[in-house]
Amino acid sequence: MPAQETIGFPEVKLEITAPKMDQQLAKASAVETVESIIEVDHVDFYYGDKRALTAISLDIAEKKATALIGPSGCGKTTLLRCLNRMNDLVLNTRVSGQIRFKGKNIYEPSTDVILLRRRVGMIFQKWNPFPKSIYENVIYGLRIVGVNNRSVLDEVVEKSLRRAALWDEVKDSLHKSAADLSGGQQQRLCIARALAVEPEVLLMDEPCSALDPISTAKIEELIHELKDIFTIVIVTHNMQQAARVSDYTAFFYLGELIEFGETGKLFTAPEKRQTEDYITGRFG
Amino acid sequence: MIEDLGKNTARRRRRDAMFAVVGLLATFVGMITLAALMIDLAIDGAGRLSTDFFTAFPSRFAARAGILSAWVGTTLVMVVTALTAVPLGIAAGVYLEEYAAKNWITAIIEINIANLAGVPSIIYGLMALGLFVYQLQLGQSILTAGLTLALLILPIVIVATRESIRAIPNSIREAAYALGATKWRTIRDHVLPYATGGILTGVIIALSRAIGETAPLITIGALTFIAFLPDSPITSEFPFISFDWLMSPFTVMPIQMFNWVSRPQQEFHLNAAATGLVLMVMTLCMNAVAIYFRYRFRKRIKW
Repeated sequence: MPAQETIGFPEVKLEITAPKMDQQLAKASAVETVESIIEVDHVDFYYGDKRALTAISLDIAEKKATALIGPSGCGKTTLLRCLNRMNDLVLNTRVSGQIRFKGKNIYEPSTDVILLRRRVGMIFQKWNPFPKSIYENVIYGLRIVGVNNRSVLDEVVEKSLRRAALWDEVKDSLHKSAADLSGGQQQRLCIARALAVEPEVLLMDEPCSALDPISTAKIEELIHELKDIFTIVIVTHNMQQAARVSDYTAFFYLGELIEFGETGKLFTAPEKRQTEDYITGRFG
Repeated sequence: MIEDLGKNTARRRRRDAMFAVVGLLATFVGMITLAALMIDLAIDGAGRLSTDFFTAFPSRFAARAGILSAWVGTTLVMVVTALTAVPLGIAAGVYLEEYAAKNWITAIIEINIANLAGVPSIIYGLMALGLFVYQLQLGQSILTAGLTLALLILPIVIVATRESIRAIPNSIREAAYALGATKWRTIRDHVLPYATGGILTGVIIALSRAIGETAPLITIGALTFIAFLPDSPITSEFPFISFDWLMSPFTVMPIQMFNWVSRPQQEFHLNAAATGLVLMVMTLCMNAVAIYFRYRFRKRIKW
């Protein structure tokens, strides 16, 4: 099990914009010497009486892409939804252990969940644009905090849509309904919408599972570019995708973290038998 | 074997066709009844419809009698009813659907609301007589009537609100929450706007039920013969708005009808038929508005 010895991160990490090697703390972790932005520490999760996650501990590296893989029902999406406390919205659930975002346990009662979700954005499996215009979709995260300055909003829309590689396709129809876009475009719009609030972490829950190969390729390309700016955690069923886009991969099985390490290593020389069986398609 | 299957298919097809006929007949029963009712009212009452009929007070002489006080009363009572039931019903529906914890207290509240919708309207009248008329001293006024009918339709508005809110996909709420929206912000920006069509439809259907209610209003002591109008809500002196009309005695269209029907003279029955026709047309118009709203909002919101 990786990273369990990682304890107490200093809380003053907010200004760090790029991990500089000389600033690295000597730190034992599966994630080598890269800064970790989220530390999952002995997390158990229950739906009612049913335990969905058992003693999960792993570190998410800053400005890297971490993939969570495993067969259906293994708890990877549950873990993802714990990282921005989206599971709070599911009735009758319980979590124990700590998840520290920049050193601060997000499950502490004093946590401002609203603020947390602005810093840890999320992309869902099924794209969910609002039934509004493309423009209004992108700026929604700004509208809710009272930003109404037209030129600021215009700028954010262009920047976010460019980052989501959608600008060229929609720049002439910004005020048309988001529902008129194709599925892949709608998903990229959702990415633009999440990016517009400048989160630090982007959680992606099987973002391509309902998309055709071309749209999938576009989004994977996007992930490659985005991970220079944001930390990405992606849940995927597609192991090639995990291998292609991620720097680190965590393999889950039956609610437990089986193996976690660098993607290249995990896919070529897995340490655990179950990991090897899964990635070679012998079960799952 | 194959032949057996053929026979079987033929039988199943016959059964299918049979059900279609039965269903069509069942539909016609409702349609024909409504049409017959409308035609009957029209034959009797159409002759009485004239401008005078709408601008005259009731009279001892059938030919001079009109429904001015009745339609003004109905309109004002409906205003009070809508202004009370709509905000209360929507707020209660939103609370139950979005905020209330799913526990046994909520379950009891839900069962109660479902039961309230089934309580006979005259019971509401008795309650209003005790509460509004005697306890709160509101008198046999437009205010009392409006509040009574508001309570009567409150369950309908709540249920309609909940149904329309429930139809909004959870993914939309999650999208808003994931951007750091608060619950209220999510409701204000997404849940309520996307549910508006359904809520409006429910509100109008509820109001068109209230507009025809007679029993509870007779119970609270609405007058059947009113030859004056309530005070005007707009005055020539500061502050130009008056709420005296709320406390005014009143009558409404169904009560006026009831009054005329119970007279022995045939001429008054014609007046009643004409009033019924007007009431029917008002109700149908409200339903048409409901359908229009539903259509418009569905078209505006594209998923």
